[in-house]
Amino acid sequence: MKRYFSRKVFIYILTFFLAVTIDWLVPRFMPGNPVQNMLSRASIQSDAAEVMRGYYTKAFGLDVPLWQQYLNFWQAIFHGDLGVSVYMFPEKVTNVIFRAVPYDLALLVPSVLLSWIAGNKFGAFAARSRWLDNTILPITYLLRATPYMWLAILMAWSLGIVWGIFPISGAYSFSMQPSFSFAFLVSFLRHWFLPFASLFIVQFGGWAIGMRNMIIYELEEDYSHYLESLGAPRSLVRKYAFRNAMLPQITGLALRLGQVVAGALATEIVFSYPGIGYLLLQAINNQDYFLIQGCFLFIVIGVLLANFIIDVVYVIVDPRTRQGMEGT
Amino acid sequence: MWSKNRLIGGTLLVVLTLLLTAGLALAQGGNYERSETLYTTGNAWSPPTDWNPITNWNYATGTTGLCYETPFLYDPLEDEMKPWLAKKGEWVTSDTYLMDLRKGIKWQDGEEFTAQDVKFTFELGKRFDGVYYSTLWKWLDEIVAIGEYSLEFRFSDPLYQQWENYLYSIAIVPKHRWKDKSQEDVLSGANKNPIGTGAYRYETHSQDRMVWVKNEDWWATDLLGREVAPKYVVDIVNRSNNVSLGMLLQGQIDWSNNFLPGVPSLVENYSNVHTYYEEKPYMLSANTAFLFLNLTKKPMDDTDFRKATGFAVDSGKIVSNVYGHIVKASNPTGLLPNWSKYVSEETVDEKGFSYDPAKAKEILDKAGYKDVNDDGFREGPDGSTIELTIIVPNGWTDWMQSIRIVRDGLNAVGINATVKFPDFGNYQDKIHAGTFDMAINNFGSSVSNSPFTFYEWLFQSPIKDRMSNGNFGRYENQEVFDLVTELNKTPTSDTEAMKETITDIQDIFLTDLPAVPLWYNGMWFQGNTSHWKNWPSGAEDTPDHMPSTWSGYWQMGGLLTLTELEPAK
Repeated sequence: MKRYFSRKVFIYILTFFLAVTIDWLVPRFMPGNPVQNMLSRASIQSDAAEVMRGYYTKAFGLDVPLWQQYLNFWQAIFHGDLGVSVYMFPEKVTNVIFRAVPYDLALLVPSVLLSWIAGNKFGAFAARSRWLDNTILPITYLLRATPYMWLAILMAWSLGIVWGIFPISGAYSFSMQPSFSFAFLVSFLRHWFLPFASLFIVQFGGWAIGMRNMIIYELEEDYSHYLESLGAPRSLVRKYAFRNAMLPQITGLALRLGQVVAGALATEIVFSYPGIGYLLLQAINNQDYFLIQGCFLFIVIGVLLANFIIDVVYVIVDPRTRQGMEGT
Repeated sequence: MWSKNRLIGGTLLVVLTLLLTAGLALAQGGNYERSETLYTTGNAWSPPTDWNPITNWNYATGTTGLCYETPFLYDPLEDEMKPWLAKKGEWVTSDTYLMDLRKGIKWQDGEEFTAQDVKFTFELGKRFDGVYYSTLWKWLDEIVAIGEYSLEFRFSDPLYQQWENYLYSIAIVPKHRWKDKSQEDVLSGANKNPIGTGAYRYETHSQDRMVWVKNEDWWATDLLGREVAPKYVVDIVNRSNNVSLGMLLQGQIDWSNNFLPGVPSLVENYSNVHTYYEEKPYMLSANTAFLFLNLTKKPMDDTDFRKATGFAVDSGKIVSNVYGHIVKASNPTGLLPNWSKYVSEETVDEKGFSYDPAKAKEILDKAGYKDVNDDGFREGPDGSTIELTIIVPNGWTDWMQSIRIVRDGLNAVGINATVKFPDFGNYQDKIHAGTFDMAINNFGSSVSNSPFTFYEWLFQSPIKDRMSNGNFGRYENQEVFDLVTELNKTPTSDTEAMKETITDIQDIFLTDLPAVPLWYNGMWFQGNTSHWKNWPSGAEDTPDHMPSTWSGYWQMGGLLTLTELEPAK
């Protein structure tokens, strides 16, 4: 057990190190220069521009050789300092990200969990109902295959513009300030609904299809037939099938939860929802090295953390893992 | 293993908690009455993070203009400087400028506004190199405050045109709040809770909006009888021009300075959508879009080739097909309409150009550009193949369509040109480093108090490895560089001398044609009359101001527009 976890932890640390290094490296391969980008919005005299460029290049720590920048970057990370954003100058990247995270959680945690629960239940149910299998399931296949962007735009267009039931952009009404009032909560929920629903529908389809196929597969397994031939009630057989079918779904859930921080990139762009995904797009457009690094750092941590948790959960829910560990 | 009900219950709990915390995490209170609130958009493309007038490329919409104010305003429609914080300003000798300030102006914290504040603000440029007006101190010797309300600026080498530009672009900051700021605070500080002299105070901000609230004690109400109508100004961060369009049509936005395609049909179909002119060109002009040609490359180094380009490009087609007539084709000199008095008709008649493919072919034929290898395109006089690429940033849809028309024009006269759309950083890198062939740009040709700023950008000198502020084609001609300097040293009151110098510059420009002016980009403005009326327009009996919320434009009519608005109901 101890060896199992220490090996896992080592792999996680190594992955973290490599991922963060790539995360640091990639933005720097982009052509152009963030300081230049930032100052291009200024109306200034050219000789002044020269001096200003020098000053801000230094202020962002971009005036030292690359290897030095890399070392400084690691040093800063361990001090919890992700630098200053170019896109949202002079705001600190950590502040920018922490402000966006609640929106991501509010959108993704419910959509991932609810679609997982509902999708699995529905999939298991559909597997034993020919009627459902022939009607609703094809629709979920269709939903699953629809490009997400298109589905989201279609929802925004029909429910937002044609029928005008839901607002199409932002996280709450422009006439409001965030407050802990009923009116604000209603406005927040109304703005939240469409992005949530679009995510829910697509993921629901995926889980349902996966579960249905797994159940059918498990019911064909030898142990099911054996149980049946022993005269076990059908519900008992199904219960075992369901348990076994759950395992891959749990892995899938973990991976989804790992992306919770940035998994809604397309959603947030279509509905202009101010989470990390939206931020990341802006950061890339503005060549904001520091914000790109910060966003990816969060994503990397999220994925690794989720994977680690699932490693632990597996030990609990799947006895075979436990036995395997004892064997080594 | 686990109870399903417990799991569902737990999930619901998590969901609710998250929603509540998300709501709580954004705590504060207050709603704005629609009839008292003006919603604007079109300036901000990133969340407001900065209220520091020194970082003038980054501050929140209205920081300079609504909160901080400048000594003068400039009215581009009348081409006139209007005294603002200053009561008057004049050159008492050829190198001494005397500025008298108004008495009775107060900072929003109640302190009195005095000459010390003005002196302090200008001297920030002397103390810190990174301030955008620090180069002023190369030609300004000292500032002497005379009493509480007068200042003398003593120059070593007065650059009159540039000085006048500073007079309406440098926002005065309060000495009593700024005197202890460090270099870092001044140059990269966010300056939260800004205190200015202006018509609006900071109210609040969030990721997608900036909210200003009326300053009830604004000096101009007492001293000039002007009052801003909206109690709140909410500037909304742009998501995309399409979202802005939708919100404008629904009346959620009152004042949009976005580029919206299809404005003519909007004006026709929506009675509440208002533009400056009722018919074409609908918009005032804000800057000139140029086709820059890279003179360090063949065949753009050849004057004949460049002139042929001028004749080959159909800017009228860009105006009608790309913009639907919301812009105007440029005068061959590129000078904006508000500077039309400086255009020398004679020079334009003699050396100007217009769309004429036959003429372009004739010039190319004469200069020896012939199709030697029968591929349908001309080769250079030395037989070398010509393959040119025209670039604009990806996603700038109007420019993307425009260069397709430029390409078609060039192809039609036998020049092989293609279009490419690199992303903005890449595009910028190419024009700065001089690795492009042809590119559209307008970043420094904006409307201002003097054609000097326009020429300073167009003929930026000296030529360096990286040209980041104009003259991207690297046109080298000391004569014209000297003329631009001479123009800068001409007093702004001496219109005749200015005309003379500008005529000489035009002559050289049209003779060499280092870049091709194409069209006047509009000062995009769409108002919605559902909640606010009396918008500026070209019609009689309506206010005449340039209605713009863009940074640097509040002083050119945006602020005065606010003093003219009236609630619609």
